[in-house]
Amino acid sequence: MQGFLTLFRKELVRFWKVAFQTVAAPVLTALMYQLIFSHVLSRHVEAYPGVSYTAFLIPGLAMMSMAQNAFANSSSSLIQSKITGNIVFLLLPPLTALEFFAAYMLASIVRGMAVGAGVLLVTAWFGLPLPSHPLWVLLFAILGCGVLGTLGVIAGIWAEKFDQLAAFQNFLIMPLTFLSGVFYSINSLPPFWYAVSHANPVFFMIDGFRYGFFGQADVSPWLSLSVVGGSFILLSGLALWLIKSGYKLRH
Amino acid sequence: MGSAIEIKAVSKRYGALQALDDVSITVEPGEFFALLGPNGAGKTTLISAMAGLSRPDSGSIQIMGHDVIRDFRAARMSLGVVPQELVFDPFLSVRETLRFQSGYFGLTRNDDWIDELLSKLGLADKANVNLRALSGGMKRRVMVAQALVHRPPVMVLDEPTAGVDVELRQSLWTFVKELNEAGHTIVLTTHYLEEAEALCNRIAMLKRGKLVALESKDKLLQHGKEREVAFKLNGPLPDTLLPRKVREEDGRIVLKLPDIAQLEQVLAALREAGVAVRELNVIEVDLESVFVNMMHGGQV
Repeated sequence: MQGFLTLFRKELVRFWKVAFQTVAAPVLTALMYQLIFSHVLSRHVEAYPGVSYTAFLIPGLAMMSMAQNAFANSSSSLIQSKITGNIVFLLLPPLTALEFFAAYMLASIVRGMAVGAGVLLVTAWFGLPLPSHPLWVLLFAILGCGVLGTLGVIAGIWAEKFDQLAAFQNFLIMPLTFLSGVFYSINSLPPFWYAVSHANPVFFMIDGFRYGFFGQADVSPWLSLSVVGGSFILLSGLALWLIKSGYKLRH
Repeated sequence: MGSAIEIKAVSKRYGALQALDDVSITVEPGEFFALLGPNGAGKTTLISAMAGLSRPDSGSIQIMGHDVIRDFRAARMSLGVVPQELVFDPFLSVRETLRFQSGYFGLTRNDDWIDELLSKLGLADKANVNLRALSGGMKRRVMVAQALVHRPPVMVLDEPTAGVDVELRQSLWTFVKELNEAGHTIVLTTHYLEEAEALCNRIAMLKRGKLVALESKDKLLQHGKEREVAFKLNGPLPDTLLPRKVREEDGRIVLKLPDIAQLEQVLAALREAGVAVRELNVIEVDLESVFVNMMHGGQV
């Protein structure tokens, strides 16, 4: 247990020491999106009845930033440790696979939540209502960051160089997060893209998170919960198995 | 009390390379043990297998009686490893590094021991300096301290003095000798054979993944007590001396003598055959010549 707590704390210290880059920067980016899109689109679109586009956009942007940063936290920490070689100091001690995984994954959640809180804070004045279901908000925030943090662990273990990790990030994580209904309600999409969106777990994270704020969403929050929760369990199982088997960590 | 390290029939293959081939070594508690061999002989692979960093294809390894795979927690608690590569976490200071490392081993409030390590390794005034700002030698000392945060009974140093200045080498060996005297079992790999000769009680030699020698240092050197004498002669070597011939180098014939006292007989045989001696050298045997001899296929 002490081993887990130590690694968890080290992972927090790691991103907190460079918080300008790991927390403040993504918050600023989200604010830019909010400013630009709400300026361009606010008069044209009403996502849900009674919900302005500007308000609609906020939870989506927050969740997208949370997801991207949760992924970035575990994946970049692992790849840096692997490339500099100091991962050996984590492989020599008696840490179990579960301790190792949980420390990276939970630190990712903390970073994601810090970014998410920052985004909500700086964008709230665009008209975000108080959450109508705060527990749903919290649940989807934690689970969403958990899924992406776990995906980050898997990518960090799999990638052997920064290039491969960047490919994972740019060709998988970015499309998943951008094409997830952050900027639009998927009900406005043509049938094909509507169906494609339903294959994207990030869509369900955002939709569920949004439900927590507005009490309405594209799909039922229970469906979203089962997809996001199911993804979390599946990916966690995969990550644990990789760590336990020593895949690309122990030769 | 059981063995400190018990390596049983360990084999490991990386693709076409047989990195370890049926290696068995037992190291007793309190030994100062050297693992020698040229680059690529399998030393680091063997150490990695002991530390759980690599997994043998077959065979088993126990550290202080704990299997490194089945009972990995107890095995790793018993083992401190100083890896060969100079690695560090650029985000942390020396003290943070050692505190985190203690925590990974489940230890809190380890500061007294950390302070002792810092002072013994000459790092006390660097405690709050970021690792990035330290010289290579200082980083190496931090790695030694990291390997010792959990006071492991067995310590493995993989070429700890490679690329390290003379002063650090001396102070490092003094420190490691103290640890050994305090009861720690020490295993080291080194390229500096004089270090192994000066420090170790027992030596294993690896060559292309195979164990080619495993003996006490004295016994290994004893093999070399058979003196070698190089002659430059003005004629061919008499037939009676042929069985003693080991090799020829630079126009000199090297003969093996079980005892230096037999030199007299050799000279007599040469006189009898009418061959004059132009030059004569007695070759001193040290670990290096035993090592070179073995690595070139010779038998001891």
